[in-house]
Amino acid sequence: MSKPLIFELSRPGRCAAQLPALDVPPAPLPQELVRDDLALPEVGEADLIRHYTGLSQMNYGVDTGFYPLGSCTMKYNPKINEEMARLPGFTRLHPYQDEETVQGALFVMYSLQQFLAEIGGFAGVSLQPAAGAHGELTGVLMMRAYHLDRGEAQRTVILVPDSAHGTNPATTTMSGLQVVKIPSDERGNVDLAALDAALAEHGPRLVGMMLTNPNTLGLFDEHIEAIVARVHQHGGLMYGDGANLNALLGIARPGDLGFDVLHYNLHKTFSTPHGGGGPGSGPVGAAPALVDFLPSPVVGIDPERSEEDEPFFTFVHPSKSIGRVKSFYGHFGVMVRAYTYIRILGAAGLRRVAEHAVLNANYLMSQIRDRYRVPYERVCMHEFVCEGRFEDAPDVHALDIAKRLIDFGFHPPTNYFPLIVREALMIEPTETESKETLDAFAAALRRIADEARSAPDLLHQAPHNTPVRRLDEVRAAKDLILRWQAE
Amino acid sequence: MPYIPHSEADRQAMLEAIGARSIEELFKDVPEGVRFPALKLPPAASEMEIRWELEALAGANFTVADGPCFLGAGAYHHFVPAVVDAVLRRGEFYTAYTPYQPEVSQGTLQAIWEYQSMICELTGMEVSNASHYDGATATAEAVITAINVQRKRRKVVISPRVHPEYRAVVRTYTQGMGLEITGDERLDADLPQVLAHLDGETACLIVQSPNFFGQIEELSAAAEAAHAQKALLVVVSDPIALGLLKPPGAFGADIVVGEGQGLGVGLNYGGPYLGFFATRMEHVRKMAGRLVGQTVDVEGKRGFVLTLSAREQHIRRDKATSNICTNQGLVALAAAVYMAALGRCGMRQVAGLCYHRAHYAADQIDGLDGYAVLRDRPFFTEFVVRCPRPVAEINEELLDGWGIIGGYDLGRDYPHLRDHMLLCVTEMNPREEIDMLVEALEEVSA
Repeated sequence: MSKPLIFELSRPGRCAAQLPALDVPPAPLPQELVRDDLALPEVGEADLIRHYTGLSQMNYGVDTGFYPLGSCTMKYNPKINEEMARLPGFTRLHPYQDEETVQGALFVMYSLQQFLAEIGGFAGVSLQPAAGAHGELTGVLMMRAYHLDRGEAQRTVILVPDSAHGTNPATTTMSGLQVVKIPSDERGNVDLAALDAALAEHGPRLVGMMLTNPNTLGLFDEHIEAIVARVHQHGGLMYGDGANLNALLGIARPGDLGFDVLHYNLHKTFSTPHGGGGPGSGPVGAAPALVDFLPSPVVGIDPERSEEDEPFFTFVHPSKSIGRVKSFYGHFGVMVRAYTYIRILGAAGLRRVAEHAVLNANYLMSQIRDRYRVPYERVCMHEFVCEGRFEDAPDVHALDIAKRLIDFGFHPPTNYFPLIVREALMIEPTETESKETLDAFAAALRRIADEARSAPDLLHQAPHNTPVRRLDEVRAAKDLILRWQAE
Repeated sequence: MPYIPHSEADRQAMLEAIGARSIEELFKDVPEGVRFPALKLPPAASEMEIRWELEALAGANFTVADGPCFLGAGAYHHFVPAVVDAVLRRGEFYTAYTPYQPEVSQGTLQAIWEYQSMICELTGMEVSNASHYDGATATAEAVITAINVQRKRRKVVISPRVHPEYRAVVRTYTQGMGLEITGDERLDADLPQVLAHLDGETACLIVQSPNFFGQIEELSAAAEAAHAQKALLVVVSDPIALGLLKPPGAFGADIVVGEGQGLGVGLNYGGPYLGFFATRMEHVRKMAGRLVGQTVDVEGKRGFVLTLSAREQHIRRDKATSNICTNQGLVALAAAVYMAALGRCGMRQVAGLCYHRAHYAADQIDGLDGYAVLRDRPFFTEFVVRCPRPVAEINEELLDGWGIIGGYDLGRDYPHLRDHMLLCVTEMNPREEIDMLVEALEEVSA
């Protein structure tokens, strides 16, 4: 039996909310403006809660078990974060209230800007972007504006490695710029010769380069200093995709490595939950040459209204700002969670996060690399990529391995990404997982490698015990059923 | 160590398995000169210390629970039933990722599919995506969709009565696209003057209803004028108003977007909120964002998957309809729970409370010496009041003397509306609060 839809539970006259009676004389209501009907579900409160509790039980989250989804940093989400974000003194604030009445909230925002600037090695931070891709759009528009400001409108090219997240090229196009793809070398780095060739061809038209480091293979680029120097030599700027920042906390600051702009994913690195697809938060850090281009407003201190020991926080508008990328100030509720996390860990704790994320990834890789080919023989950072295929079991694909992992109680890794590895399985364990969890996951992967030869149908038919089995995605895209309709 | 379970013995065993002597050794690829910086951060705090610190910071704010709030302007103080947070607190929902593996994500997928269905019903449209970051970015994505649909057209006409921040975000998003955005040069332009900008180059017309001033726009006139030029009509709407008002789809809107914060999300000092986006099926392949579709599994059982992902960045890369990836999944869930909890009758009841109380307040304030309510168009829950003194001064006295959070100062964005206040009255403002506001306004009028 499928889980009933909320619409199928609906019976006329039911309602799960109680509202006060009208306490003022009713005003005339022009009937031509009023809708005829509103066919929303009608359910009682107990049935409503059971419906959503039932749905939740068909979901897998970090609270359920191991979630080694590469590039997504599915670390444990501390419960104190949730409680702090729900303090009524934070949730019951209107964004247009007088600044004087929200100094506690502005203190949190100002401090988080400072923390992120320090962690990333930047001169300024905007908390406005709502997610990683939104931060990318912000950062690339800032780079574009920087060149326009210098009278270099001919700069329209962004270099993007072939290992990049899909958001990088998509962001470039959205910003009205052109993508030039740079291949990777045999050690998983940016191919320097290809970079030189691209710079020779596009140098005068270069806006900059978008680089994820460590990259999506989980490798720290061995030529990072050379890459940055060459891009800068041609007047380009370095954009850092901070999706993999978990590997660098207290290890290296992207600003010190020469990045000019970077987005942070608070929902990856700083432990705020992913929410089944958001809300995230993608603050952007900027080097001194780019701080004036940050989205407006950012939180600053008004010296005239400040007293000794008591700064007065106020919104300020960067002089050459690209404008506003979102209404209001960003995902404040997510900011409170990240602030809590950074304050609990401190500098030493953040470094331990990166160290153990890298330790866990290398350990897990060491436990499976004799059974799964790892195409780049190097020490990895917070994640690694192996091939989900076997020469002697040609019908078995990465997808089958991923689905079979579900039978063993694990969430599958990212599969078929990055595109430069065949049948890629991209595994990111994060620092919050114990050795026992990693051992159990490695044992499952090893057993699946055996099954691939001995009982491949077990893989092809997996998963076996989930609320639904493999779903017909072709049919979903062909016979589009995107909403409920009354029969 | 907070959130890290390793014992010293674990670390040694793991390093041995890797073949490394120390954890530091794993970072040899990082240039030595910048390796292991000393970060200047406040000392680490324990859980109880951080709780005290944040409780003190939260306590230092004056909230909408500390006094009556009549501030709206794009963020609304609506009631959030307890069931909403009870569902959001399920770890299976909030600690999950985007549902890429449908067999273990049916909860998220079905909830979002139900959300899409309810947004379609509310807006009178055929298809809704899984969400955008907020109303402003949903509006910007609507522009991009319209440009993708109308391939050769590069002009966008936008009414000055669309939220000022939405108009700003549309301009930020599209600054590299070579578009002409027009219609709001004169901030006092009326609808016919805005419609006069439409021509054969126009990809879309954007109007908001209820608009930034709370007024219900003439959507049929807007639709007729836009469609006469084969331009799409984008309507920015308010989901609470749609509990009562005829949906934009009924007037011929091609894309309906808006801020879903009123649907059980709370104020949260501006975010996270919820951008909703709905359109007609003919544009489904040009729209941005995640989309959940119904299908069957190998045993014929009903199930849900992310679909039409060939539009999206992880497949189409530089040819994608948008770069959006993470959106507002959990906030869309909140909206779905809210709409299901209130349902057919409750949504209308909330909207009715807003409408009637706002009109009661407007009538009372209109009767005060020195104040006048602008009544050139019907309004929903917000209305414009001409004040006898600068709005900032009035608001300061309302707050200091009465503990009232006053209205939005329209002179900030509309110079011709200096000394005009945008007041918002919702189901959270019982009659006593309205009467108190009226009394206070009378008192501070001179």
